[in-house]
Amino acid sequence: MFKKLLVSAIAAIAIAPGAAMAAGGAGHVEDFEFSFEGPFGSFDQNQLQRGLQIYTEVCAACHGLKQVPIRTLADEGGPNLPADQVRAYAEFYEVYDPELDDLRPAKPTDHFPGSGLETAPDLSMMAKARAGFHGPYGLGLNQLFKGMGGAEYIASLLSGYTGEEKEEAGTIFYENTAFPGGWIAMAPPLSDELVEFADGHANDVHHLAADVSAFLMWTAEPKMMARKQAGFVGVLFLTLLSVLLYLTNKRIWAPLKGKKTS
Amino acid sequence: MSGIPHDHYEPTTNGEKWLHKRLPIVGLLYDTIMIPTPKNLNWMWIWGIILTFCLALQIATGVVLVMHYTPHVDLAFSSVEHIMRNVNGGHMIRYLHMNGASLFFVAVYAHIFRGLYYGSYKAPREITWIIGMLIYLLMMGTAFMGYVLPWGQMSFWGATVITGLFGAIPFIGEAIQTWLLGGPAVDNATLNRFFSLHYLLPFVIAGLVIVHIWAFHTTGNNNPTGVDVRRGSKEEAAKDTVPFWPYFVIKDLFALAVILAVFWAIVGFMPNYLGHPDNYIEANPLVTPAHIVPEWYFLPFYAILRAFTSEVWVVQFASFITGGIVDAKFFGVIAMFGAIIAMALAPWLDTSSVRSGRYRPMFKWWFWLLVIDFFALMWLGAMPAEEPYASFSLIASAYWFAYFLVILPLLGVIEKPLPQPATIEEDFDAHYGKASQSTPAE
Ligand code: HEC
Ligand code: HEM
Repeated sequence: MFKKLLVSAIAAIAIAPGAAMAAGGAGHVEDFEFSFEGPFGSFDQNQLQRGLQIYTEVCAACHGLKQVPIRTLADEGGPNLPADQVRAYAEFYEVYDPELDDLRPAKPTDHFPGSGLETAPDLSMMAKARAGFHGPYGLGLNQLFKGMGGAEYIASLLSGYTGEEKEEAGTIFYENTAFPGGWIAMAPPLSDELVEFADGHANDVHHLAADVSAFLMWTAEPKMMARKQAGFVGVLFLTLLSVLLYLTNKRIWAPLKGKKTS
Repeated sequence: MSGIPHDHYEPTTNGEKWLHKRLPIVGLLYDTIMIPTPKNLNWMWIWGIILTFCLALQIATGVVLVMHYTPHVDLAFSSVEHIMRNVNGGHMIRYLHMNGASLFFVAVYAHIFRGLYYGSYKAPREITWIIGMLIYLLMMGTAFMGYVLPWGQMSFWGATVITGLFGAIPFIGEAIQTWLLGGPAVDNATLNRFFSLHYLLPFVIAGLVIVHIWAFHTTGNNNPTGVDVRRGSKEEAAKDTVPFWPYFVIKDLFALAVILAVFWAIVGFMPNYLGHPDNYIEANPLVTPAHIVPEWYFLPFYAILRAFTSEVWVVQFASFITGGIVDAKFFGVIAMFGAIIAMALAPWLDTSSVRSGRYRPMFKWWFWLLVIDFFALMWLGAMPAEEPYASFSLIASAYWFAYFLVILPLLGVIEKPLPQPATIEEDFDAHYGKASQSTPAE
């Protein structure tokens, strides 16, 4: 049976080269500066809102975010949209309602729809499902200093098209410097000034790529702010506790230990 | 409890006497917590507490996870995301459980290598050692099955590869594999039984931990000198030992707090560092990940598993004399389990009468080489199965076996040990100086 599975797996690799290869390393990933990096970094609310706009206007045509409840757009530490805007935003989507047995406009309690294009992967956790940094020598030390690099990978992917194309078995592949294997089936989704922001924020490919990647980092790890805060408080508390226990321990043992003679 | 002579619990009030006659539980707890402990224990003796803590942490977080988790192939992945996004504090509980498994293995490896260096496995502690090895095996089983539960790509493919190992057993392998999986391939039946066992095994481990502690409380703790506590009288024993409470409880708690500070930093700031990104992709039987890599704590033995390919002469030889029944795949499986069995047999393979590596000038070198070998294997287990890694893996695997099967038996014969201190007290005083009063205060 194991063999049968392998055979079907190999067949699957041949059919969907991109998805299967994506786990491997090899592509070039640029180290973007994100506001949420490091132990004290936090999401930039404006950037997340711009990212949401890019996602909605561009990526949502093919991709989905099926794990993400729409209401979480109002979350503090996330895009922090006002409730009425979230409600209005939800109506942009249609979801299937099993009770009505029909489509209806989405409500904030619904999730984002899944991918509309079957070959386009769901993006909910994409920023955690890819690691931008590896090595050296498979030791993972880079990840220790630069972070896992999922958002960097997506940003590099979106801005890494060379403009070369090739056709294989009826599918067009686009050359991309970040994609493992070098050829991806996704046409370059971004171009300069593709999305206009109300506040006139920079909208070249590089900026758009960074903004939507930050947004996807949030969809993948919406509790990042709460987590870092818990981490900080916990480390502080445990350090304090360590000091107290150190002193207690020293005190308890002191009568047993004499002055070191040798 | 037999063992080192010390004061036992005496009920004083009427209520205590009443209970003690009927259930001497206070006495049992008192004897356990006040057990005389060699006073020269160093920082490598903290791992037991860390391990106990880890078990409690995994059970506590696990029980909460189960309240929100759904063991079904269509729902498991989303239910974990539900925990991460919608359950109060769910993301912390899940990350604690996920990284708690890693802390558990850091501690168990440190604990095992401590035992190997100080000869803690030698008589009269063989039973303690064997039970420890059983706990270690069950931990691996539990962690492996737990990793399948979130139903990501690595969950699925890890389960496929590892259960495939059983399929390598000649004649009955495929039947065993099907029986384990509950069907022809990893599927809903597999997920359900792994969930059931993942809940059960930690409690079996908890039971074994109690027996483990019972065993070494009977023999007494080993210590960095390997020299026995004097047991002639209570007074003599008191010169070599201190009661576990408060001396070692506080010391261990201090170590636990320091380690938890580091652990908490990992959970808070880089919770996915030790995981594999592919496990954030839902399991898909049709798409194989480019590299199927087990969790880091399995890597050393995974490297041994892969090291024995059909090009290796030992494998060819085994295949030849068994008429092809033992092929490379089966040989790898034997080697992987054999590596752990060899370690479990250390009490009988080590011929030296000296326990502690401190007084074994030749042993020391081989021991540290084993530690390096272990890390090398861990690294090699994560590398692709190609040259030069394949050759390195073979050499590193060979050393693992050589250490237990050749070096340990030989060293006891050819090595000339250094003089050991006569008593634990002597060692303690040499380190810390003699206390000004001859008896400790309190
Ligand atoms: C025209 C449809 C389409 C649009 C629009 C689109 N994508 Fe894609 N995307 C795809 C397809 C198809 C794939 C699978 C490519 C492959 O595996 O070769 C893909 C794959 C990806 C991947 C995964 C790459 C990997 O490592 O496997 C990411 C990340 C991604 N898209 C991000 C985006 C973002 C962000 C946007 C919006 C800016 C976007 N996509 C817009 C079709 C699209
Ligand atoms: C020896 C102790 C234990 C170890 C080493 C262990 C290990 C693991 C590991 C490695 C995972 C995968 C984590 C991930 O990648 O998401 C996991 C998941 C899980 N475990 Fe445990 N576990 C232990 C005890 C328990 C107990 C006692 C329970 C239940 C009472 C439990 C319930 C769960 C559940 C529900 C999951 C799936 C949710 C998730 O993936 O986060 N575990 N466990």
